[in-house]
Amino acid sequence: MSAYILRRLLYALPILIGVNLLTFVLFFVVNSPEDMARMQLGERRVTQEAIDTWKAERGYDLPLLYNAQARGLGVVTQTIFAQKSLKLFVFQFGSSDSGRDIGYDISQRMWPSLAIAVPVLLVGLAINISYSLLIVFFRGTYIDTGSVVLLVAMMSISGLFYIIGGQFLIGKLLHLVPISGYDTGLNALKFLILPVIVSVISGIGSGTRLYRTFFLEEIYRDYVRTARAKGLRERTVLFRHVLGNALIPILTGVVAVLPLLFMGSLITESFFGIPGLGSYTIDAINNQDFAIVRAMVFLGSVLYIIGLLLTDLSYTLVDPRVRLA
Amino acid sequence: MNKRLQYVWLVAVLVLVGCGEPPWNNPYPVDQARANIVYSSFSERPKHLDPARSYSSNEYAFIAQIYEPPLQYHFLKEPYTLIPLTAATLPEVRLFDADDQPLPADAALEQIAYTDYVVTIRPGIRYQPHPALAQDDQGTYRYHALTRRQVAAVNRVADFPETGTRELTAEDYIYQIKRLATPWRHSPIAGLMQKHIHDFAELTERIQAMAPPAVNGERPFFDLRDVPFAGAQALDRYTYRVRIDGAYPQFKYWLAMPFFAPMPWEAEAFYDQPGMRAKNITLDWYPIGTGAFMLSENNPNLRMVLERNPNVHDERYPDAGMPEDVAAGRLKDAGKPLPLIDAAVYSLEKESIPYWNKFLQGYYDSSGISSDAFDQAIQLESDGDAELTPAMRERGIQLMTAVNTSIWYLGFNMLDEVVGGDSERARKLRQAIVIAIDFEDYVSIFANGRGQVAQGPIPPGIFGHREGREGLNEQVFEWRHDRPQRRSIETAQALLAEAGYPNGRDPSSGRALTLYYESMDSGPDGRSRLSWIRQQFAKLGIELVVRATDYNRFQEKIRDGSGQIFMWGWNADYPDPENFLFLLYGPNAKVRGGENASNYDNPRFNALFDEMKYRPDGPERQAIIDEMVAIVQYDAPWSFGFYPKSFSLHHTWLSNVKPNLMANNTLKYRRLDPLVREQLRREWNPPIVMPLILFALLLALGALPAWLLAQRRERSRAR
Repeated sequence: MSAYILRRLLYALPILIGVNLLTFVLFFVVNSPEDMARMQLGERRVTQEAIDTWKAERGYDLPLLYNAQARGLGVVTQTIFAQKSLKLFVFQFGSSDSGRDIGYDISQRMWPSLAIAVPVLLVGLAINISYSLLIVFFRGTYIDTGSVVLLVAMMSISGLFYIIGGQFLIGKLLHLVPISGYDTGLNALKFLILPVIVSVISGIGSGTRLYRTFFLEEIYRDYVRTARAKGLRERTVLFRHVLGNALIPILTGVVAVLPLLFMGSLITESFFGIPGLGSYTIDAINNQDFAIVRAMVFLGSVLYIIGLLLTDLSYTLVDPRVRLA
Repeated sequence: MNKRLQYVWLVAVLVLVGCGEPPWNNPYPVDQARANIVYSSFSERPKHLDPARSYSSNEYAFIAQIYEPPLQYHFLKEPYTLIPLTAATLPEVRLFDADDQPLPADAALEQIAYTDYVVTIRPGIRYQPHPALAQDDQGTYRYHALTRRQVAAVNRVADFPETGTRELTAEDYIYQIKRLATPWRHSPIAGLMQKHIHDFAELTERIQAMAPPAVNGERPFFDLRDVPFAGAQALDRYTYRVRIDGAYPQFKYWLAMPFFAPMPWEAEAFYDQPGMRAKNITLDWYPIGTGAFMLSENNPNLRMVLERNPNVHDERYPDAGMPEDVAAGRLKDAGKPLPLIDAAVYSLEKESIPYWNKFLQGYYDSSGISSDAFDQAIQLESDGDAELTPAMRERGIQLMTAVNTSIWYLGFNMLDEVVGGDSERARKLRQAIVIAIDFEDYVSIFANGRGQVAQGPIPPGIFGHREGREGLNEQVFEWRHDRPQRRSIETAQALLAEAGYPNGRDPSSGRALTLYYESMDSGPDGRSRLSWIRQQFAKLGIELVVRATDYNRFQEKIRDGSGQIFMWGWNADYPDPENFLFLLYGPNAKVRGGENASNYDNPRFNALFDEMKYRPDGPERQAIIDEMVAIVQYDAPWSFGFYPKSFSLHHTWLSNVKPNLMANNTLKYRRLDPLVREQLRREWNPPIVMPLILFALLLALGALPAWLLAQRRERSRAR
């Protein structure tokens, strides 16, 4: 197992270098260091001298990828790419181009993102699994048909509609919770109710449809028939046997997204005024803050790799037949 | 009782208890219900709160309440009037010749080698409580020699337990002017001030030479008091002098901007300690000022809170204003000490829809009007006047409108071979296009009528602007039925034919004349705008090719003079015609690094600009401006688009609201009635739970057949 984990972590290194390189190229195709300086210094009355000073202070006066003026290894290391990227591998994110410490900002903004993402994941899983098992229980009846129609309709509606509709109905018409906002500690609870409800409802369509498919694959298998033949109640058959055996595909989806939970959701956070990480990257792109973009893409990649590794490890827990070597 | 039922009851009770006293949708703590707090929002995190760097309106919304330059604009008087803030009086202006001998006030411009602005500040003004100023019994600063470990233990300025204060002195203003010259502070006006403040450029070089180098990206504290500077000097504890090379009458306006607010040296000594920047504890994030408010909470991802400065100095609500101010009750608080509120809470609100809904619920005291909400809030009368809809009036909401001191224009690049230059052909082509582009239509479609079509480059409220027939751009409009009427498209077509493009045909190719429009518009709104602008050119038979790009490339094209036609805007820095006419001044061309995006260069206009710039407001200056405006109306380097109008709404409990587009520090004048607000919030937001109960019952009823079916299946025999 340890050898397997080590090997997977080593595989991650070239992936991360590649992701970094791709981010770098894509970013600088659109923005030049001069654009970044102008964005940070403002449009009005800015002088070329100020731009040059800004670039020099932040190391953006170096060539992007290849330094023909340097000698030896310097042709590669004396570049913006090398100077800005290497520290990421020891999780030193440095300062944003506007001067703020990125690591500190991430540590502050991850908690509100988690405060929404975790309940949404747990409540959503519970509802989606229960509802899909219910549909499977009533397979072939009007409940099954009606539910599938409802789920397809729910899947077809834009997430934005749920948000605006939820704010309008629950916040504006019924006056039950604040329309948007956030607070710290327990005071955050009243602000979380609406985004959690909206996010869970907007995920029911796709989630339940997917899990229904997983369960239907299992429901006709021999072990289910055997369980029924033993006289087990249908509820026990579904929740213990069918659910247990359908866990692998469910886990594949769920465990892979676990580390990404704290990256937040852009639209939800934006509309509900949640100060999470969801809008951090988009704000940085809009502000042409390469330091934040680079850090967030790197972090996202690392977390995704960890998520996939955790998925593989979790297989061994739910299916004794799986061995990692 | 069934155990599961007990849990259900427990959860229900907890939920009900958690809901507390109505209104449940109140986003603020219950104990603030009757507090004298203004609630507002911000949509974007301010980038800079350092007065040396900050230069945008969303940043000024905060720092203008905290930092106090020597001057400010009168809250109520029109036109914009400078009055003292921390200064005892308006600055004394002294003129000197090249031998440093005093000159009379009416000395000829050529004689003036230096102009001194002598500012005397009021004694007894004190800074807000701040750890940078905390001292022990021996007078040693408590937090100026922090160890790495001590820095590691704090995350915010509020984590320092002790604070201190001291009196504001003239030296603090000098220190801030030196900060403007400090290269690593990146002040946006450093380049401009190098041209005007004596010894400023040399000061930058001296600081560069004397300052220690950065260590791991952090600049150690460098005490600017040690750097000699002839451009600004303290004459005594409360008086300082700023020396300008030659004359620059507009300098007085800069003295009302946060760039020239005081900065105690202790602030830099405190913030520039090793490790502070890595903790985001910087002067760019935690201001220190003498203003009516101080930033007590700075979490721009969530909320920013301005609280009354306990050391606030004596300042009174103005006792004079315009006649309409008396009628509107804006002089009821005359003579009262400021500020009139205790705090202002700004919440992060990125989207306009939740913001608007919360305003309607009474959780924001005032609001702008987004395009989405415009029809809900405003109805336009037949004469074009805007009025509130009955629904808004019913809630007691009040509307404020003002024409901004800014302009949107369509510019021609005067360096372009087709549309530029001063040939008769190019001029007539531009004149034809300017007539064809119907900005009245643009304002109506894309700005919901929120704009006044411009006749010249100077907006209303700025000296030199002329209203009505006097200000008519006769090249484009005629005066009919007591209002300007755009000249007919036939007139434009005739001009186009005279330019050598009959029916928009280019004789060299025999095809439609093709022009290029540089666009930074994107998204659905942008597409309709571009379609509209194509139609305007099509009226003349001209084919307009849109070269869409991002804002960076757009700016680059304008900078290097490769664009042809574009649309851009300008907001006033200060209320002086120079701040608009310099946008058409030849030596200020974009290709030379200035702000004249059209690269317009007319020798007569330039000469008049040089003359106008130094003259005081009066008939002579007005005559010069009239001639300048007539020149650009004839040459048509711009189609003078429109002056945007701002519409704002506020609730009945908020008073002393008046749009003042120059003054940024107006929060201290606001008064509110928290009791009325609380009462109306309760009235407007009663929790309605019945639909939820009905929904739950409906769900239960719907589930009943399924439950029965499940029971029957459980009991049935295996098949």
